[in-house]
Amino acid sequence: MLIYLALASVLFVIGLHGLFTARNLLRRLLSLNVLTTAVFLLLVVIARKATPLDPVPHAMVLTGIVIAVSTTAVALALVERIALRHSPEPEPSASTRPGEEDA
Amino acid sequence: MGLVGQVFDALLAIALVWLAWQATRAADLFRAVVSFIVFGLLMAVAWVRLEAPDIALAEAAIGAGATGALLLSALDRLAPRRGRSWARVWRADARTWVLWVPAVMALAGALTAAAWQLPAPGLGAVATGALEQSGVDHAVTAVLLNFRALDTLLEIGVLVLAAVAVWSMGPAPAASAPVMPSPTLPMLGRTLFPVFVLVAAYLLWRGSHAPGGAFPAGAVLGAGGILMLLAGAQPWIRSAEHGPWRAILSAGFAVMLFAAIVGALAGGAFFEYPAAIASHAILVLEVTAGMSIALLLFAVYLRGEPHPAADTDRQRC
Repeated sequence: MLIYLALASVLFVIGLHGLFTARNLLRRLLSLNVLTTAVFLLLVVIARKATPLDPVPHAMVLTGIVIAVSTTAVALALVERIALRHSPEPEPSASTRPGEEDA
Repeated sequence: MGLVGQVFDALLAIALVWLAWQATRAADLFRAVVSFIVFGLLMAVAWVRLEAPDIALAEAAIGAGATGALLLSALDRLAPRRGRSWARVWRADARTWVLWVPAVMALAGALTAAAWQLPAPGLGAVATGALEQSGVDHAVTAVLLNFRALDTLLEIGVLVLAAVAVWSMGPAPAASAPVMPSPTLPMLGRTLFPVFVLVAAYLLWRGSHAPGGAFPAGAVLGAGGILMLLAGAQPWIRSAEHGPWRAILSAGFAVMLFAAIVGALAGGAFFEYPAAIASHAILVLEVTAGMSIALLLFAVYLRGEPHPAADTDRQRC
């Protein structure tokens, strides 16, 4: 029990550190996902403390997982557009895909 | 929990910390993404250890599956085999070891101590006691689609908004599918897709009395769609001749809102179903929500609005 609480704290710190220090946007997004997982873990461990098992935090975490994937999808789409705008010149390998380099 | 269980938990925690570190800090981005996917899968094991099988299913299907597919395809576009240009994002020097490592460890310790003192939540008895009136036998499903259905409504709303946001960024990139020299993948995709549908239907049906329900079912079906897309299928989500598939994107949200408003107009509270028809209402909501979630996960994977016709030439604004 305590070990999962400690795990949640450590994951939280790792995610926070990555979120603040990573330069690469994709890496920052991965850190954000680790951070959300830490919060979910805390909620589920707390839910397990109660007798009987409290289903409300479980439902909240299920909701949160879907929100996290929505956030990730929108952020990834934005990151891709940013990368297309800022790429100095299209690489030869990228020109095999039509519609990618004329941003 | 015996000694074996505690050793297992400790090993699992060490592996998860290592994978999280790799996911945020590995020099190679591909390695970081793969570490994150494995992290999601191991988290599913941790959820099972914490008696949360619903979350384990959702994490394996959505957290590791759908997010992993999104990340890998984004990686394919972002880093066109450019080597390790992002290498060495973080380097430990003397100040790090003296100042930051102790500070971070103290923060983690303080967080753990604070979390340890949190009181246990007390809604378990209330939720279990009201289970008979909810129309389903599984407490988490009852919370999701009856007691706290408003959360689920808003959650599907967020997913719809995400799809709208992604589609409004412009037309989808042309090559959704990798150039595949092997004929195995299309064949495998076609063979596996019925299995995906079957598993999704099973999970959906199971949700009324056991872990399962609309979210894992939708995620599995969406993953099947993504697999078909990777195997070279055309996204016909917007084409006119294939029927009103596009309406399903918002059907889950619309049907839930309809149920809530009808319940409110019939004299009850927002999202109050009469106990007699509650199980039927939840079944309808769950089926539409599951289909919507499947199609929405598929829609955000396209990363842009798909064209009505498959082979028009695209231009980006």
